[in-house]
Amino acid sequence: MGTVISNERLADNVYHLRVSGDYGGEMGQFYMLRAWGAYPVLSRPLSIHQVEDNGIEFLYHVVGEGTELFAQLTPGDDINLEGPFGSGFPAVTGRVALVGGGIGIAPLLYCAREIPGCDVYLGFSREPFRTEEFRPYAAKLTVDVGGLILDNVDFAEYDHIFVCGPHPMLKAAQLKGIAAATSGSPVNVYLSLENRMACGIGACLVCSVSCKDGQRKACADGPVFLAEEVVFHD
Amino acid sequence: MIKTGDSSSRNTELDLSARIAGVTFKNPIVMASGTFGFGKEYAKFYDVNELGGISGKGLTLQPKAGNQGTRVYETASGMLNSVGLENPGVAAFLDKECAYWETLDTVRIVNLGGNTFEDYVAGAELIQKDADTRGRKAVDMIELNISCPNVKEGGIAFGIRTCDARELVRAVRQATSLPLSVKLSPNAEDIADMALMCQEEGADAVSLINTISGMKIDVRRRRSVFNNLYAGLSGPAIKPIALRMVHQVAQRVEIPVIGMGGISSATDIIEFIMAGAAVIQVGTYNFMNMRAGQDLLRDLRQFMLEENIASLDEIRGII
Repeated sequence: MGTVISNERLADNVYHLRVSGDYGGEMGQFYMLRAWGAYPVLSRPLSIHQVEDNGIEFLYHVVGEGTELFAQLTPGDDINLEGPFGSGFPAVTGRVALVGGGIGIAPLLYCAREIPGCDVYLGFSREPFRTEEFRPYAAKLTVDVGGLILDNVDFAEYDHIFVCGPHPMLKAAQLKGIAAATSGSPVNVYLSLENRMACGIGACLVCSVSCKDGQRKACADGPVFLAEEVVFHD
Repeated sequence: MIKTGDSSSRNTELDLSARIAGVTFKNPIVMASGTFGFGKEYAKFYDVNELGGISGKGLTLQPKAGNQGTRVYETASGMLNSVGLENPGVAAFLDKECAYWETLDTVRIVNLGGNTFEDYVAGAELIQKDADTRGRKAVDMIELNISCPNVKEGGIAFGIRTCDARELVRAVRQATSLPLSVKLSPNAEDIADMALMCQEEGADAVSLINTISGMKIDVRRRRSVFNNLYAGLSGPAIKPIALRMVHQVAQRVEIPVIGMGGISSATDIIEFIMAGAAVIQVGTYNFMNMRAGQDLLRDLRQFMLEENIASLDEIRGII
């Protein structure tokens, strides 16, 4: 059980939650969070935004009943955390870009801290948030509001690109990765997928992801996958 | 009889066990198919050998990729799922998962689904053959799922009308000598009639209820949330219906009833036992509490101590 240190509203329906306790994890991993008793039935998966000595931080977008309850948390409240779960971003070297769209920037701050000298691209449809926190770690920081952040990224310039954002952005990143490879600039594109989850640990198969080699579990095999492995159906 | 003493010595005197077709469950808490994988994932959180049993992820003869699109959606006090029986297939299960099951000291139940009559029977034959080869070290029981609501090709078709299911239960009974429970659908025309048929055809038990067919519409996108239109409702929302059906069935059949549907507390377990269940299964509650089995067992023992119940047999079927 953790204790809420702060729960600050950053933008329209976007919040920054800090929880005290000895919680660790690797870049791109997530926790199952629960700030209630029996209902809602399911816990909510949130990726690690940042790990601190005295606690852990998350960003979340209020989209439903569970995240609405998160938004009501105040300092001192109890919150149950299980984790860290999943397979996150790999520790890589070379030329690295981090590309986040909207709430998809959440797991990337931790990556920026772990990969000094990376380039960071953050895109927002309206109000930007948490962009300055990236600046100390980024060799280059690009922030876009209202456009398509991927348009700013030359995939040929990088060895590894980490992407987290809305579904269309992930599909577009996959295509850009393929195009770069085809034109002689192979790049490892890693996508952090968002899926509805129930168990969070690989038992229930509700978060299944279609991959070239069959069905994989977003919660246990992912949430981070090599873009070329993922088969998008829509 | 409960004697005075410290709680640990009193705990050892409690009898939580039950027997179905010669198989002893050390306590009534069995994890429900589809919510517990094959047990490995939850073994990281507590010793799954504490459980009465595990019903593994539902298997079909051939591997299945399951349904596309959204597979889970939260509802008031429950959830809808449309996994569509994603599974590695019976043969891959026997090759890859059974070695782990051989190490477990809990009742291991293979949940067998299917699309066609022939697939069910061939699946049962494979499991029987493997059990014979291994000397029944990995599988204690088959749970025949005639009621999966998320598979278009069949599944539920067998689970609705008693006359459609009879031939299937008979054929699977002939294909295996392993203890056999038939998992019934609440969507059946008459679930007690269905259970009676299973008894007549030689089933050793019936398991009920599977999920209740339900629906969720995304009003902004003007379409069902699920590609398959309907999905299976589970969780605390369905508990009163499940309890009523377990009671109805227990009144009608002599064979043991494995009861399930929304169980999420020790008192829920007691209700199902009082309604006539031999053992119970826990499904959705695993998603509410990763240590569900451990916590329910502790709370169940505590309840028995508080209520001076030395053996669950004292209260089984008293309603």
